Amino acid sequence: MNTLDAMKMKSNDKVNFIPPTFNKDKFRKVFLGSKDRQGAVPTLIKYVLLIGIGFVYLYPLMYMISTSLMSLDDLLDASIKWIPSNFYIGNYKNAFKVMNFWKSLKDSIILAGLPTLIQVGTCAVIGYGFARFEFRGKKIMLAILLFSFILPAQVTMMPTYVLFTNLKLIGTLHAFNLPALLGQGVKAQIFILIFYQFFKQVPQALIEAAHIDGAGYFKSFFKISLPSATPAILVVFLFSIVWYWNESYLTTLFIAGKGTGSANAWTSLVVELKNFENIYEQYNQGNQQQLGNINESIKMAGTMLSILPLLLMYGFLQKYFVESIDRTGITGE
Amino acid sequence: MKQKRKMSKLKKRESRMGYVFVAPWIAGAVIFLIIPLIQSFYYGMCNVKITPKGMLFNYVKFQNYTDIFRLDPLFIEDLTGYLLDTLLSVPVIVVFSLIISLLLNGKMKGKGIFRTIYFLPVIVVSGPVMGQLSDQGAASIPAMNVTVIAGVLKDVLPYVIVEPIVGLFNNMIMVLWYSGVQILIFLAAIQKIDSALYEAAKIDGGSAWECFWKITLPTIKPMILLNAVYTVIFLSNNEQNVIITSIYNDMFAINRGYGFASAKAWVYAIVVCLLVALIALVLKNKKDNYLTEVKREKKRIRKLEREREQLKRRQDRRRRFIKREGSH
Repeated sequence: MNTLDAMKMKSNDKVNFIPPTFNKDKFRKVFLGSKDRQGAVPTLIKYVLLIGIGFVYLYPLMYMISTSLMSLDDLLDASIKWIPSNFYIGNYKNAFKVMNFWKSLKDSIILAGLPTLIQVGTCAVIGYGFARFEFRGKKIMLAILLFSFILPAQVTMMPTYVLFTNLKLIGTLHAFNLPALLGQGVKAQIFILIFYQFFKQVPQALIEAAHIDGAGYFKSFFKISLPSATPAILVVFLFSIVWYWNESYLTTLFIAGKGTGSANAWTSLVVELKNFENIYEQYNQGNQQQLGNINESIKMAGTMLSILPLLLMYGFLQKYFVESIDRTGITGE
Repeated sequence: MKQKRKMSKLKKRESRMGYVFVAPWIAGAVIFLIIPLIQSFYYGMCNVKITPKGMLFNYVKFQNYTDIFRLDPLFIEDLTGYLLDTLLSVPVIVVFSLIISLLLNGKMKGKGIFRTIYFLPVIVVSGPVMGQLSDQGAASIPAMNVTVIAGVLKDVLPYVIVEPIVGLFNNMIMVLWYSGVQILIFLAAIQKIDSALYEAAKIDGGSAWECFWKITLPTIKPMILLNAVYTVIFLSNNEQNVIITSIYNDMFAINRGYGFASAKAWVYAIVVCLLVALIALVLKNKKDNYLTEVKREKKRIRKLEREREQLKRRQDRRRRFIKREGSH
């Protein structure tokens, strides 16, 4: 009897055993998220989206790298799509020779670097002038500044070209330096506005205190405002160097010197890439040892070579690039 | 009195210093902007010939301007193509960069890596590089079957509109690559929004979706305008742009020369400015929401009052009428 009871009890227990209930609220909280924290599903979607779009972003680069490492056989083999059968650097060797890499690199660095240095200086001065002082016609000047940003450079390009020709500046570095010195370099308007925004944030009281202590206008600029603008200077420097580097239109016209005697005195990696097919043929005709016909892999190797220095620079400095806009307050107004 | 004069003296000196600091820009604007503008307008009205002695100007009035449309059959095609392309790409780029910046905004792991990836194109993108990539077909998303999309679209829309859309899909990655700076601008703007606003909205029971439409979007609206304008300018000055290349080629073409190219540049510049103005007009920040609400409410009240008065007048008339009838 007793045992039977116990057995009954046991079976009852079994019947009464409550399975873990499906807690709807908790489920919701973990997967869909609550007001305080994000759930698993939205987070997952977010990451999937970010990684997916990130892949799309990197696709051309990956394509470039993979194609540039393929030998001609790999390129023609339809079964080889992404990974080349062996690590082939012949394309790079060819592109390297054709582009005259070291000279082009040196030219590129000088061409991008020198105007940038000048531009950073003048844009800082001009931005400071607009931000710190009140004078008549300031509003009109700022309007002209914005207008000149909208206006395509082609309108003023020809008279400038004529002017430079008359001054015999075509084909020399001064064709870039002079506009940069006068605040009209590549995208100088943006840089002036960045400095303008930045210098507006420097407290006026600081400068007034310096004045009371006997500092002049220039001294207060160099000793107080400029040192505090280091982030802005860095940003302007980086963007300016990148934009000058990638500028091939004006470089071809003003510096590489089309239509003048001093053609090909200056060149840059991007300009070389622009005329890659032509220079490849020229090289083949001019030299004894032939390089073989041009193919996609060689073109991609050339493209890769032209952006490699920038990629390296970005690798080291990407932190500053990405944080840059937060720091300069470009979106202040 | 004395104090006042002193102040004005200081002010005068300050404004003089302002001119000193801005002087390089003024000189630059005169030398490289205003004078060239006038000159290129003059070039556009002339047949410019370059001789060993110098340049020869032959005044021909507006002939160059008409020649652009008469003799250059490609120009109108290029121009409409450019306009359609730009009008299609700008919304795509702006919306896309907004979405990316929203995705990048929250707290998460690997934020730095993602930001690095999304900003990479700004460094790499340049005319020749993009040219090479799009020649290779590396600028379209591999999984996207453009021909199918094109086939479907061709049944529905006229050819003129389908072509740029297909072009957009074909160069989708290029379009995405152009949105690096825009993402940064949006990101900076979103991060500047006061988090207290979101907290208050949460306490009132607002969902993330509502927060986006009611807080984020209105706050960053000026940035949308900024980004749209930036995108237009970027696309217009891009070396991939056909018109820009054609201006360059015309400049050194034997039968065209500077005059023709200048006229073309002017027409192009006017088109670009009109486009920017159009976008600014569409996206212009309308007056504060509160003010428009007040205005609408006032209008409603006025309308109600008018109706009430009309009703009163009608009732009066009827009453008088009844009175007259009664007296008869």
